[in-house]
Order: sequence, then structure tokens, then C-alpha cells
Amino acid sequence: MVGVKRWLVWLPLCAFGIIVVVVMWGLYLPADRTVYSAMAGKPLPAFNLPPAVAGKPGLSDRDFRQGKPRLLNVFASWCIPCIAEAPQLLTLKAAGVAIDAVAIRDTGPAITAFLRRNGDPYARIGDDATSRLQLALGSSGVPETFVVDGQGVIRMQHVGDIRAEDVAKLQQALAEAERGE
Amino acid sequence: MTRRVLVALALVAAPVAAQRPPAALAYTQLRNPAQEAEARALMETLRCLVCQGQSIADSDADMAGDMRALVRQRIAGGERPEQVRQWLIARYGDYVTFDPPVGGTTWPLWLAPIVLLGVGVLIARISFRRR
Repeated sequence: MVGVKRWLVWLPLCAFGIIVVVVMWGLYLPADRTVYSAMAGKPLPAFNLPPAVAGKPGLSDRDFRQGKPRLLNVFASWCIPCIAEAPQLLTLKAAGVAIDAVAIRDTGPAITAFLRRNGDPYARIGDDATSRLQLALGSSGVPETFVVDGQGVIRMQHVGDIRAEDVAKLQQALAEAERGE
Repeated sequence: MTRRVLVALALVAAPVAAQRPPAALAYTQLRNPAQEAEARALMETLRCLVCQGQSIADSDADMAGDMRALVRQRIAGGERPEQVRQWLIARYGDYVTFDPPVGGTTWPLWLAPIVLLGVGVLIARISFRRR
């Protein structure tokens, strides 16, 4: 009994040590709080959005079943990180990537001004006034980018603005979608 | 100078002006009180995705408003609350609901209280026996 008691003396210290390890773990390797869509690997939901700006067509799920992979960029003119990712989208467009967009809770004149200021990488822009398509895609914010293959299946989701180091990753995903991997 | 300040102000104000008014049913109750009660109860158990500690019923975020509108429209369209919840789970995962189903990663959450209660009973029994 005395032996057991002597051993028990160390128990609080051990408990404290475990708590320190858990806290350090959380500090140095914080959990990924990004909300990812559960739609990756599934076909795009059916949708048909009116044009968001004059002179550019609207967007429907049929546009993504033309046999070629495309990017679907979820953006808005009121979104600050969307300005940060604009140069990367232009780089992708210059590399021959087809990019369509859906504008969330936005207005035509604001989008036109945004594109004039930051460049226009989009082939089509759909108008999503009440986040209908955004919710159907499982997207939880702007900007987000979906890689969609030529059959309309979502191959990859990129959450947040596209940084310079993400361009290669997106191009690889597009190439894999093209090859049907 | 004044003109520069005005231009700067216009640039700051532009993103606000660009936003649309909230969706029709974001801040408006359904006419049918029974349906509104169902929608309300469901909204209180759905997580706002841009303000993650709040339910969509509690949040003033634009996206929470759009999610409330979606819930109300689907309930008004005759869907059961559980169907609407499953529709959202299929898109956002279990994360979107505050009541997580028992699964691979959540079973400790449900088991821990039972285990702790058992440990407590055990400690109490040993302590009482000693007296």
C-alpha cells in the first residue's frame, strides 16, 4: 500500500505533463479549420444563372460538360482576397485555362468596375444574388475555385485566394482531369 | 484635396454599395406559423459557416441570411426539416450541423461522459468501503 502511494505522488505531475504536451501540440500544429466542400468527386449540381454583366453570357452546369476541364471561380467584387488572386487567374488564363465565374451577392456595375481594375480572366459570369449556387456547391466563402472536368464532375476545390504557389497545383489538377485520372 | 478625399471615400464605400439586399426570406418569417416554427428549430441547429460559433438563426452574416432563406424556402416547399439538414450535410459534411451523428471521429464525444460516470461510481464505491 505504501509503495502504491509513493507512486501516486507522481500522478499530478504526469497529468500536468500531458496537458503541456496537448497545449504545445495545439500551438505548433493548429488544426485545419478550413471548411471543405463535400462535393469533390461529385457532379456539379444543376443550375442556370443569368448573366452578371452586360456582354458576357451567364452560366449553367451544361457549360461544364463540353469535354474540356474548366475552372469555376466563386468571387465577388466586394471581396478583398479576390483582388489578391486576380493576377494568378490572369496567369492561368494566359496559360490557356478556361475560367468561368459565379458572382456572389453582387451587382453588374460593381463587377464591371472590378474587372476593369483587376483584369478579366472570365469567359462567363453567372449572377448568384442569394448564394443559391454557392450553397449548392458546398462553398463557404469567397474566393473559392473548383476544378471541373469535361464531364461536369468536381475534381478539386481550392479554398481561399489563389497564391502564386497554388498555380502549379491547379494546373496539375486540370491536366489530370483532362487525362481522366 | 477635397476631391481626392471624395474619391478615396467613394472607393471605400463602393464595396458596400455593391452588395445586394438580403434574400427575401432571410429576415422574414413564413406565413404558416407551423412551418416557421419548424424552420426556426432547424436553423438553431445549423452552423453558420463564416461565423463558426453561431447558428444561422443567431448570425447577421450575409451568408447566414442566405442559408435562412434557403431553409425557409425548402420548408415552405414541403420538405421535412431532416431532408433539408441532409441536403446541407451532403454539401458541407457533418460540420454544418451542431448535433453530430455518432461516427468514426465523434464516438469519444458520446462515450466519454458514460466512461467518466463509471469511473466516478467506482471511486465512490472504493472510498465508501474504506470507511
